[in-house]
Amino acid sequence: MKQVVYDGSFAGLLTAIFEVYEYKLKDVTLCREGDFSPALFEKHHVVYTNEQKAKRVMAKLNSKMSTAALSQFYRCFLAELSEMDNCLLRYAKYTVSSKNSVENNYRNPDVLLVQQISRKVYREKHRMEAFVRFKLTGDGLYYSVIQPDYNVLPLILKHFRERYADQRWLIYDVRRKYGIHYDGSSLEEVSIDFGSSSQASIVEERSSVLDEKEELCQQLWQQYFSSVNIPERKNMKLHIRHMPKRYWRYLTEKMA
Amino acid sequence: MNTRTIEKLSILADAAKYDVSCSSSGSKRKNENGGLGNASGMGICHAYTEDGRCVSLLKILLTNHCIYDCAYCISRKSNDVRRAAFTIDEVVDLTISFYRRNYIEGLFLSSGIFKNADYTMERLVKIAQKLRTEHRFNGYIHLKAIPGASEDLLHQAGLYADRLSMNIEMPTSEGLALLAPDKKREDMVQPMKYLKKAIAENIDSKSASNRSRLFLPAGQSTQMVVGATKETDWDVLGIATEFYQKMKLKRVYYSGYVPVSNDKRLPSVGTPVPFIRENRLYQADWLLRFYGFRVGELLSPATPQLEMEIDPKLSWALKNMQVFPVDINSADYQLLIKVPGLGLESARKICTARRFGRLNWEHLKKMGVMINKVRYFLICDKDYERKDWQPEQIRSFILNGGASKYKAAFSAQLQLF
Repeated sequence: MKQVVYDGSFAGLLTAIFEVYEYKLKDVTLCREGDFSPALFEKHHVVYTNEQKAKRVMAKLNSKMSTAALSQFYRCFLAELSEMDNCLLRYAKYTVSSKNSVENNYRNPDVLLVQQISRKVYREKHRMEAFVRFKLTGDGLYYSVIQPDYNVLPLILKHFRERYADQRWLIYDVRRKYGIHYDGSSLEEVSIDFGSSSQASIVEERSSVLDEKEELCQQLWQQYFSSVNIPERKNMKLHIRHMPKRYWRYLTEKMA
Repeated sequence: MNTRTIEKLSILADAAKYDVSCSSSGSKRKNENGGLGNASGMGICHAYTEDGRCVSLLKILLTNHCIYDCAYCISRKSNDVRRAAFTIDEVVDLTISFYRRNYIEGLFLSSGIFKNADYTMERLVKIAQKLRTEHRFNGYIHLKAIPGASEDLLHQAGLYADRLSMNIEMPTSEGLALLAPDKKREDMVQPMKYLKKAIAENIDSKSASNRSRLFLPAGQSTQMVVGATKETDWDVLGIATEFYQKMKLKRVYYSGYVPVSNDKRLPSVGTPVPFIRENRLYQADWLLRFYGFRVGELLSPATPQLEMEIDPKLSWALKNMQVFPVDINSADYQLLIKVPGLGLESARKICTARRFGRLNWEHLKKMGVMINKVRYFLICDKDYERKDWQPEQIRSFILNGGASKYKAAFSAQLQLF
């Protein structure tokens, strides 16, 4: 067994797939740099991300599958699950070796897994589009802190840019320590190093004081949330299924 | 906005919550003016209340003052409740502030009737207009059409709103006459007809010129209360079908009656909300809209009620065993979706996957199909041992195999009361 180590970027993954063919690597396990620990008596192959190679793999996949399947592939990468990279490698090889598209062959375990995991990532993306709660600072920035299960920031950018075209905003992923800032015309990735202390609270401190209306708005929202509830219909099981508890700490209406 | 707004919000959100619609999907309004908001995508539920219902829109009444005295309504004239009214600017401010913080998809504005229908409708329209023109707001707006409002106002509302809804309130005219003597069914149906025509005309004219003008892109919907009068499910689904077909409504909502009154004409306060019935009605509604069923296949005047114990598709299947078993490897999509336990998504997956080779139970299981339900109605390559089960046996196998979330409601204990 040979470990193939890449830098954890999407282009890196595609480069790795390219090199599996290029060097005719057999019996490989893909591994992200951060997770890599050299095993005794085993060789490993280090991949240096190469845009040209990545592009060629992308073009090949593009010619063999639909756009929808290609975005499924990308979403699975964003799941950051260790077994997933190897599944994606097998899926890519299966795709390349087949004459026609195999994306709907749910009899194949890799195709089925890609379909299932990409769906989970999609759900997380959709949840984040729902659960982002902006707070307004005194200098007019709407900021939000999130902690998604998967790396969905790259997937939600378009949604927020189209929706909030006329306001400045920042969405920060505390788990992955980076965020996206929109200044009213363009998007920019920002990474803020907070050191070791609690990150959410530092975002609060660093951003200038909250806008004077912010607290009232939050109270109004909390009031609304409790007023629309119909106590006669109480169903906490359903409530928690739709709004799992791990998201509550960032939801304004659950902080009251 | 100030602290007084919080108090008003508590009164006017509380009074609006019995309207169950919270859909924010189906519009085509894009953010093309660099303004705020976008209603072109799928709907988003931003939160869920403790009763498990979705919160997608800021759903409020402009006022709960009302000249009518409908027995089932919490805001009826004779009810002793706190009253309040928002100003137009308050509603606009609330909507924008909530939307900018990603709390909501938009506004669902309804109102008690003050002075008269047109006076009320005019204010609803003014709020939508202000949001669209002054604030360049492209989020979702759902306005309530006030029964008896003029066509001119309805038309203006259609230019600014994504959806208009006119609640039919009671499934039968007799029910309406009993509980809401001031309202006439005709006043509700007339505006629907007008709007249906206006929507169709707008689509026709679009191809000619004026492409960007939207008119109710998310269409119309309605709601009826079930369990307040003696209507049957046959009545309810019959009228729903009529609305879907003749009025081209996008949605019909069913609202299990929450007792809010000690009026003798109504179930008394403390009567349980008919959750199961409401759920079964929605299941049947889905069968009618997406699964190719007709009301006549599910119910008849002789059996006018849906079964509470099992879902309507299973109920239909057990009465029509001659249709089954269906072969998973050859049956067409239209037949597959009629199999209890197979949804649109699994049926679609089955149809695409079997092009690559024959499917067996293992494949189905991995695709997430509920084998315990479908096994009585399907045949596969390696078949389960088949016996000539009687419908009654299948029913009890399925009921005992799965734990229905409503099981407690059927226990013998309850029948004692």
